[in-house]
Amino acid sequence: MRNKHLYDLENESIYILREVAAQFKNPALLFSGGKDSIVMAHLAKKAFYPTKIPFPFLHIDTGHNFPETIKFRDYYLNKLDANLIVRYVQDAIDNNKVQEETGKYASRNALQTVSLLDAIEEFAFDACLGGARRDEEKSRAKERIFSVRDDFGQWDYKKQRPEPFMQLNGKIQFGENVRAFPISNWTEEDIWSYILQENLELPSIYFSHKRKLVERDGAYLAYSDHLNIVESDKILEKVIRFRTVGDMTCTAAFVSEADTVEKILHENVASKHSERGARIDDKRSESALEERKKGGYF
Amino acid sequence: MEIVRISTAGSVDDGKSTLIGRLLYDNNALTKEQEELVIKKTKEKGLADLDLSVITDGLIAEREQGITIDVANIYFSTSTRKFIIADSPGHIEYTRNMVTGASNSNLSIILVDARKGLLEQSHRHFYISQLLELDNVIFCVNKMDLVDYSEDQFISIAIEIKAMVANFNPDIEFSIVPISSLKGDNVVVSSNNMGWYKGKTLNQLLHESKENKLKEVPFRYDVQQVFHVQNEQFVDYRGYAGKVISGAIKVGETIVSLPSLKQSKVTEIRRYKDILEKAEAGDSVTISLADEIDISRGSLLVKENAIPEPKNELISTLVWMDDKPALLNAKYLLKSGARQFPVKINEINFTIDPIKLVELNDSESIKLNDICSVKLRLSQPAFLDSFKENRHNGVFILIDEQSNNTVALGIVK
Repeated sequence: MRNKHLYDLENESIYILREVAAQFKNPALLFSGGKDSIVMAHLAKKAFYPTKIPFPFLHIDTGHNFPETIKFRDYYLNKLDANLIVRYVQDAIDNNKVQEETGKYASRNALQTVSLLDAIEEFAFDACLGGARRDEEKSRAKERIFSVRDDFGQWDYKKQRPEPFMQLNGKIQFGENVRAFPISNWTEEDIWSYILQENLELPSIYFSHKRKLVERDGAYLAYSDHLNIVESDKILEKVIRFRTVGDMTCTAAFVSEADTVEKILHENVASKHSERGARIDDKRSESALEERKKGGYF
Repeated sequence: MEIVRISTAGSVDDGKSTLIGRLLYDNNALTKEQEELVIKKTKEKGLADLDLSVITDGLIAEREQGITIDVANIYFSTSTRKFIIADSPGHIEYTRNMVTGASNSNLSIILVDARKGLLEQSHRHFYISQLLELDNVIFCVNKMDLVDYSEDQFISIAIEIKAMVANFNPDIEFSIVPISSLKGDNVVVSSNNMGWYKGKTLNQLLHESKENKLKEVPFRYDVQQVFHVQNEQFVDYRGYAGKVISGAIKVGETIVSLPSLKQSKVTEIRRYKDILEKAEAGDSVTISLADEIDISRGSLLVKENAIPEPKNELISTLVWMDDKPALLNAKYLLKSGARQFPVKINEINFTIDPIKLVELNDSESIKLNDICSVKLRLSQPAFLDSFKENRHNGVFILIDEQSNNTVALGIVK
């Protein structure tokens, strides 16, 4: 037992993962290739060992992911022997189901919701495991472990089920589904400490590297074809890392020399910035995430 | 590092959100983004003191109405401890949220407004903390700045608090701290305005709190799933994945499976690739046995010298959490961990008034936020323990099979 509080958190997460497998007929694990979903996948491996992880992994690919993340996703899930399902936001755009945002801040982040809800319907998933943490953002702090969503994927905080003493009720009507959050009580620091303790592999973009960037509104974005470059943008090269991994169009980089998990852990704590600070999509307004969640965003 | 789980309760305008903000701010635990938000909102509102309340109220409706509606979980750590605060709303309408917040905690902070003294809600919060048997209760007499940091005012409220506690149970240990969350007195930093107070700051008390007293409790194991594996490495492997609810188990010991009453010896305790000698309360493990006996999801493993009684009736306290009231003889699903089966409310013995501590006997139904004593008839034995003896095997929820909602928390007498 190397670390008491990580052991306790691991206990809780394993319990939740097993409850999801037992209470639902057809769950899926939402996997983005980011550090939180990697930790969740690792916990799933532990929860069900020596049996195989009893559900598929679902990735909603916006088409704007970092290529390093996609490469890592395929490598890691192959190693895990997991069954991966990918659905593409591009398909929803091509079918005129959603419209690509335009302008300087165009992002596909919010568009993911439609593809996610479509995939839930296509495969009749009754539960989706997500790697969201309550410390990430204010409206996330109010999320239950089992969050019931209606036919339209909507989140209604007034209808949240109480979970006293961690008693998890996953009973739902046909057409409803549940988002389940096994790492709710982990903080960002816990995640990095656990990655260090368990010696987990991560996509290379989390570590310090030299990269071509776009400087915009005081933030550095990865230079890519997906970004609508405008005149005021400055293109430059710097040694940076990413602290959170969303789309290339809305994830800001930090200038950093940290090239090991240990150094990252230390630097994050010292910086006092929150990781959501690097998500430009959350900065749209104080309630950006709550609004998206009500509409079915995970 | 130890995790301390705190629940806070306070009435509307007691300054609960400000207290949490102050605790984080003075512990240097706010992120840069949160600090910026505090400064921005303070400026917008034109306030003289920092508006630290903006850290916690997370929903649009909460910000619009300036109140807390739902339990928020807030995380921070200092060099010696990690804290998880369940910040619950204080109003009677949200008793269910208060109970939920308190159920997952080992310490309760109850806020009292220095100008108003104990209100109905303070009595309710205290009652809930005792219903759930939280060993650590801290009363914060807040807004001392608004009563000129008066020692007399503090003493008169402290007398009220002591009377309330003594009336309930004189053996309860608790602390009372005079604070001002707005100005920062005695939250983390000792107050210069209240030289007369020689006690500890709230922060010191939080760092010295002990875990709930550990009682000797019997072994209870909740079987969540059965694993079968047949491959080169695992020949005919069968394991019972679950959680140790209470007590401990070692390899070689004999267990009894309920409800079948079949016995067997533990041959392996596994956690992923680690083979353990022993598993303790809270541990998620997989147990293998010497014999193939009838065990499935919902089975409870215990030791032969401590088998819970197979009762078909259960006297329990219910905290009703649903808008739809319960009627006598109504049927629900009882759920405790993986155990789940139908029950019927056979008798409503009395409803408790948590403020006057009196029992009301004339109830025909149970309404939202009612706390009452009932007799349940079970379709099969629950193998639950009394909450007082073994809290983790002494609770359950009731589920309405029509709506699928969790409608009540049950505490076994």
